[in-house]
Formats: sequence, C-alpha cells, structure tokens
Amino acid sequence: MHLALFIIFAGLCVAGALNLLLQRHPINSALSLIVVMSSLAVLYLLLGAEFLAAAQVIVYSGAIMVLFTFVIMLLNAGKEVRTHGSKLAYIAGFPGAAALLGLLTYIFLSQKSSFGSARLGEYLATTSDLSRVLFRDLLLPFEVTSILILIAILGAVALARKEH
Amino acid sequence: MVPIAYYLVLSAILFSIGVAAFLIKRNIITIFMSIELMLNAVNLAFIAFSRQWSQTTGQLQVNGQIFVFFVMVVAAAEAAVGLAIVIAVFRARSTLNVDSIDLMKL
Amino acid sequence: MDTNLIPFLLINLAKVIVVVVIFLMSVAYTVLLERKLVGRIQNRWGPSRVGPFGMLQPLVDGAKLFLKEDLIPEAVYRPLYILAPIIALGCSLMSISVVPFGSDVKWHGVQLFQISDNNIGLLIILGITSIGVYGIALSGWSSNNKYSLLGALRASAQIISYELALGLSLVGVVLRSQSLNLRHIVDVQATHGLLSWNFFGGFQFIAFFIYLMAAYAETNRSPFDLPEAESELTAGYHTEYSSMKFAMFFMAEYGNMITVGCVATLLFFGGWTSPFGSLLPTPHSQILAALLSIFWFVIKVFGFLFLYVWVRGTLPRFRYDQLMGFGWKFLVPVAVANIVVTSFVIGLWLPAQ
Repeated sequence: MHLALFIIFAGLCVAGALNLLLQRHPINSALSLIVVMSSLAVLYLLLGAEFLAAAQVIVYSGAIMVLFTFVIMLLNAGKEVRTHGSKLAYIAGFPGAAALLGLLTYIFLSQKSSFGSARLGEYLATTSDLSRVLFRDLLLPFEVTSILILIAILGAVALARKEH
Repeated sequence: MVPIAYYLVLSAILFSIGVAAFLIKRNIITIFMSIELMLNAVNLAFIAFSRQWSQTTGQLQVNGQIFVFFVMVVAAAEAAVGLAIVIAVFRARSTLNVDSIDLMKL
Repeated sequence: MDTNLIPFLLINLAKVIVVVVIFLMSVAYTVLLERKLVGRIQNRWGPSRVGPFGMLQPLVDGAKLFLKEDLIPEAVYRPLYILAPIIALGCSLMSISVVPFGSDVKWHGVQLFQISDNNIGLLIILGITSIGVYGIALSGWSSNNKYSLLGALRASAQIISYELALGLSLVGVVLRSQSLNLRHIVDVQATHGLLSWNFFGGFQFIAFFIYLMAAYAETNRSPFDLPEAESELTAGYHTEYSSMKFAMFFMAEYGNMITVGCVATLLFFGGWTSPFGSLLPTPHSQILAALLSIFWFVIKVFGFLFLYVWVRGTLPRFRYDQLMGFGWKFLVPVAVANIVVTSFVIGLWLPAQ
C-alpha cells in the first residue's frame, strides 16, 4: 500500500512538472506547480517528515504560489510567444536535461540496495524533535534567516513601489 | 516498503524537468517557477537522505529536515524579491518575454 | 496494519459520510439561523412561512438554487471558472476532518469522534485555510470581469494578511499545550472544568480576541465583508456565478464559519469538556459520557455561530484601508506581544516540565 501511495503521488508530481513545461499560459503552469508541491507534501509525509509536509503546504503552496498567481493575474501575462532565442534552447535544453537525468538515475538505481527501504510509520520526526535541534544547536542560523526575511520584505517593498 | 532510491530518482526527474523548463520557456515568471521546482526537487532529496541516515544510524536524524526548513525560508525570500524585480522590469519594458529584455538601455 | 485494514477503511468511510452529511445540513441551517437572527435584530421575523418557524426554508432554498439556470458567460476562462468553487467548497469541507467532536472513544482501534487523529492537526487547518485563497483568486480572474478581478484581489489580500495574525494567535495555545495535536490541546484544558480552559485559566483571552477578529476577516464576514458587499463592486468575486456554483461559494463561506467555531471551542473553550469539570458526577455508562461530550461541543459551536451573526447584525463595515491597517499594524504586533508574554510566563514562572 505504501508503494501504491508512492506511485500515485509520484505520478502526480511528474505529471504536474511536465504540464508546467508544456503549457503555454503561465497561469496553467502555476496551477500545475501547485499540484506538484501538494503531492510533494504527501511524499514528505510518507517519509516521516510531518511538520515539513504541513510547512510545504502552508509556505509553498499557500503563500509562495499565491504570490506567483497574483503577479500573473496583475501583470496580465498572456500566452507565450515563440521568439528567436528558443530554438537554441531546444537544441541545448532537452538533451542536457536528458543527460543529467540519465546520469543521476543510473547512479541511484545501480546503488539501490545500499540506500535501504523506507517503511511507513517509522522514524517519525515530530515537531519537538525538529525544534530541539533548531532552537538549541542551530539558533544562530535561525535568527539570521529571520533577518534575511526582514531584508527580503524591505527589498520587495522598495523594488515594487511606484516611482513618483 | 519503498526503496529510498525511488525517492531520489523522482527528485532527479523533477530537477531535470525544472532545468528543461528553465532553458526552454520564454516567460520570465515561468522561468521563476521552474527554479522553485528545482528547489523542491532538492528538498525531496534532502528528506530522503535524512531518512536514509536515520535508518543507517538507528536513531532519528533530523538535520536533513532542518536544512529543508532553511531552503523553504530562502526560497520564500527569493520569490518575493524576484517577483518584485519582475514587476519593476515589467513597468519599464511592458513585456515579460526574456528575449525582449536583452538590452541595458531601451 | 494490513490485518486491520478492512475495518479501518469501513469505519473511516462511515465517519466521513456521517460528518459530511451533518456538516452540510448544519451549513444549510446556519443560513436559516442567520436570516432569523438578523431579522430579529432588525425587529422583524425573518423566514417564518415555510414550515413551523421557517424550519423548512433551507430545503426550499436548496431546491431553488439547484433549479436556477446555470449560466456560463462566453468570455470566461472555463477550466478555472469551474474549478474555483470546487476548490472553495473542498477546502471548507476538508478542515472538518481533523476536528474532534467528542471524547476519546475507540472502536476496533479507530477513533470514533474524529476523522483523522494526527500530530499536526492545527497546522493542517492553517494549511487548508492557505489553500482556500485560490478559490477566491481564481474565481475573480477567470470571470474576465474587471469588478470581479478587483473584488477577488481585495478579498485574497485581506485573507492572506489576516492569516498571519490567525497563526500567531494560536501559538500561545500551542505553548501551553506543548503539542499541535487537537486532542492533546483539549486534554490540557480538561483538568478543572471552566477554570482550566485556555480562555480563563490559560490567560489566552487576548489571543482569543485576536483569533476571533482574524477569523472574521478570513471568512469574509461582517464587519470585514467588503469584498462581497452588494453596494461596492457589484457582488465581488462571485458576480458571474449562478445557481449551483454560487451555492457552492455560499456553502463554503458558512462551512468556514462552522470550522472557525469548532477550532475556537477546541483551542480556547475546552472543546468537549463540560464547564462544571469535576463538580458534576461523570455518568457511568460510556455511551452517555460520549454523548454528553458531543452535546457540550455542539452547544459551544452554536454559541460561536450566534456570536458571528450577532456581530454581523450589529457592526458597520470596515473600509478597505482601515481593514488592512488594522490587520497589519494592530493585530500582528499584539499577537507577537502575546507570544512573548506567554513564553516568558511559561519559561520563568511555571514549574519546569
């Protein structure tokens, strides 16, 4: 049953990612990316990372992609137009990505047994486990990321404001 | 019982689709979204490896998941600033096609 | 796990069906409650002709909405136009899946009074609220109508602004209960009846009021209902919707109201525990104790729905800039201050746990 769940949600991920690649209108790409992120949240749950699954839905699907969707709606982005640069990208893009994929898949599948298998329900990382590491050993990076977010907010507001 | 290698292969597939979309698409917002796809693929690899390390040492190792937490935070900050830049560029050039935004001066 | 799969699936399926049916009936009767209460506040009867005291009005309303002509304008972007009310209603129905209604009663190893008992129940509710923004944003954009788009963007901006205050106000409760599991949060409040509820003994009254205001803004209800005010942007994001799709938006709004009431009773008012605590003797039969817990839960949620409609009938509407200023400049700092004070009290004064 674990395998069935994995195959369903991995299939959804790959279908969403391919849809992102193949759709012309950016709003369709944005919606397929939301599907990918929600399916990834389920895959995180299958691997025992329950807080990260919830954080993936709240932060990625529910905030970052909402930001993307707003920008697409406000800028009224239309369907993509094929321009001169895209032919070269087709010649270098697809083969490059295929070569990368082939190499990585070969390495992972040939070493399959040394990675082991994940069983459903073991090694569940609760929120208190994560926070024990985050707030004791890694307190400085945590505080630095909060300053990073503050700087990002200031930068975004300064960049997007209307020039008078 | 799913071999962890399958999660890693899925991560590789998502990453390469992200790379292909980054190189092929011409709309700047779609290029941003393919960057987010690549970051998500890497997150999946981190969590899979964190699980593999836990199984190897026999006790729960959460450092991979902590790193995913930080990647999510950085991706959020980057998306916010990047989209603000996209809005500023759109105001100046009135187009979202990366092939038309190739000169410093109009 | 595999040996218990069949009873697990069947009991969960039965639970889902029962809860969804009761939830949808509650949504219909909440509409009636609102119309009658607002009528009484405005010194008139409200619906009183269909059935005794107007009790059959929701059935007639449902039939009317179902039989209306389903108009799809030509220039809308069809896939998203049809998807948006589905997202809105789906998210509204999904949030009820982690809410526990009664005490801990297990049958064949499966919780009977909660559809899904997991360690991150509170985060799931926050996540579903975050996804619910899409229903509104996509409906406004796909309608291909300037007023709908503006209304949708305003409503979405309102929702994502108040999501922050909502999440922050719940952190004080989590600090006291040391868990995100909704059952544990209620169990912490079960010790001394009324006094150990998070509103009174847990001193989370500021957090409660912040939660209430943020939740009113999240569900787009008065006094924060500018996106759907008829005199403003025609009807906002659901201008171009008719018959069943409009009914779905409507049901989603009232469903969100009920979910907010459920979460507020679980987190601040002791969920299914009785206010008398140990003063009344607990009944000996387990069935009666379980039914009594459900009774207390339903009474408290009903109290919250009454409060919702009462506020709607009484307070005037916020203007949009007042609304955004209130959310960002007042609620978020007060919520953060609440977290700081709560964590200081727990860290320095209460005994170490």
